[in-house]
Amino acid sequence: MLITPLIEAKAELTDGGLAPEPIVLSTRIRLARNLSGEAFPGWGDSSQRVDILERCLDKLSRLPAFKDGTFLQISDLTELEKQVLVERHLVSRELIESEDATGVFIAPSQQLAVMINEEDHLRLQCMRSGFNFRKAWEEADATDSEMEDQLDYAFSDEYGYLTACPTNVGTGLRASAMLHLPGLVMCQHMEKVVRMVNQLGLAVRGSLGEGSEATGSIFQISNQQTLGESEDQIIKRLITILHAIIEQETNARGVLLENQSTMLMDKIGRAYGILRNGHLLSSQEAVNLLSLMRLAVDLGIFPEEKRAHIDRLSMEIQPGHVQCSANADIEPELRDQIRATRIREQFASFPTLDFSRIQISPNLNQED
Amino acid sequence: MAKPEQCGNCTKPATIHLTQIINNKIHKVDLCEDCPFKKGVTDPEGFSLADFLVQSPASLISDKSLKCEACGFSPADFKKTGRFGCPQCYDTFHEILEPMLSNMHKDVVHRGKVPERALARMSRKRRLDQLERDLEESIKSENYEDSARLRDLIAEARTALETT
Repeated sequence: MLITPLIEAKAELTDGGLAPEPIVLSTRIRLARNLSGEAFPGWGDSSQRVDILERCLDKLSRLPAFKDGTFLQISDLTELEKQVLVERHLVSRELIESEDATGVFIAPSQQLAVMINEEDHLRLQCMRSGFNFRKAWEEADATDSEMEDQLDYAFSDEYGYLTACPTNVGTGLRASAMLHLPGLVMCQHMEKVVRMVNQLGLAVRGSLGEGSEATGSIFQISNQQTLGESEDQIIKRLITILHAIIEQETNARGVLLENQSTMLMDKIGRAYGILRNGHLLSSQEAVNLLSLMRLAVDLGIFPEEKRAHIDRLSMEIQPGHVQCSANADIEPELRDQIRATRIREQFASFPTLDFSRIQISPNLNQED
Repeated sequence: MAKPEQCGNCTKPATIHLTQIINNKIHKVDLCEDCPFKKGVTDPEGFSLADFLVQSPASLISDKSLKCEACGFSPADFKKTGRFGCPQCYDTFHEILEPMLSNMHKDVVHRGKVPERALARMSRKRRLDQLERDLEESIKSENYEDSARLRDLIAEARTALETT
């Protein structure tokens, strides 16, 4: 398979190069860029798209950031390979839906990738584990400047970087963080948070982007506005709001621990039981159960170093990854079996839960 | 308050009346039964009204002669796809764009990063093109003194462009 080296390579995002954090799983910066005087990918004909792909590829391959990188043309990939790339957040669903001269250039670290001929000619994305906007922006900005040195961008003094969709014009910047918010979900406060976040000009999505579901209590929060503010201002505003959400999540966890600790421990205990002993697990159920194990780590019930294992497992048990590791298209039921076996094997070597750090609610029936 | 009878997106009677808060501003939109569904919208809570907030003069949007000279894109194409055809469309559809951008963004003027090197290269390229045009003119008019001077300037401009 073309993408085997990518899956097997050690990468910070997938292999816990940095110790993963509670609540903020990862940070991403995306920049949308287009070439001056060329039709946008959605409007250009096939020969124009091929020309753009070849030009961008030629220039990108000269950049230090992409030295020894991997270029994948979408039309060369199997459906399974495309799915794995989406599950790893290396490409968007929109990119894999179009095979007409589309591709992705992935830097060796896998933290940096450029999609070619997605909605815009170039979509540069820089990902970091944890809450790390400064590093992600610095790298995206530097790579963008190197790209700009090689390619003439479509830019207007008035509107900034010109993009296919006016929702991205200006900075072309989408800054987002992937947050794990089980406390707010359990306290049923997410609806309120989503409303607040929307009113502040930010968007909330599921973990796989627009239109995807928020399984495992994982939400992607990003800026919606790209024009009228500098990149720094956009990122600072987003960080301020993210801090507020993190505080809300921490408070929600505190409230649950104080008032409903038995319920919380029951959920975590059952999750552990199923993960350790289950024989059939759908990806949605597995992600939801692993989400509870991540919460268990944050609460000190499960060892800190297991957070990276859980994050990696959460990625590897997705449908594309399961089939990829088995090297075959497999029916959902068999996938559920393989998934459960894989998780069971991992959990067999994990320690048991240590509930001693949790104060048990005095009486379940007398909760406030 | 009497509700408008016409859909804000087409000419059919409006039967759906939606309110959405975007950036603390309340937007109300009246739509016929078909328009939200044509756009693939079935859940009124889950979609953005941005598409329907184009408050540009109807005459501009329905003006069939208005097309981007560079790529042939028309306002009708924009209504269909929500995207533009090429960078030049931002100039062509300036009047339609402005009210839309002010609804979507903080402001309508870019305040972020500027591609300094690309802009410098573009301005050098523009200068070189101008000098070459001037040279052609001076040769045509047999103004050999100017031609010699322009040749030197062109050589300098070429070097500057190549080293940018």
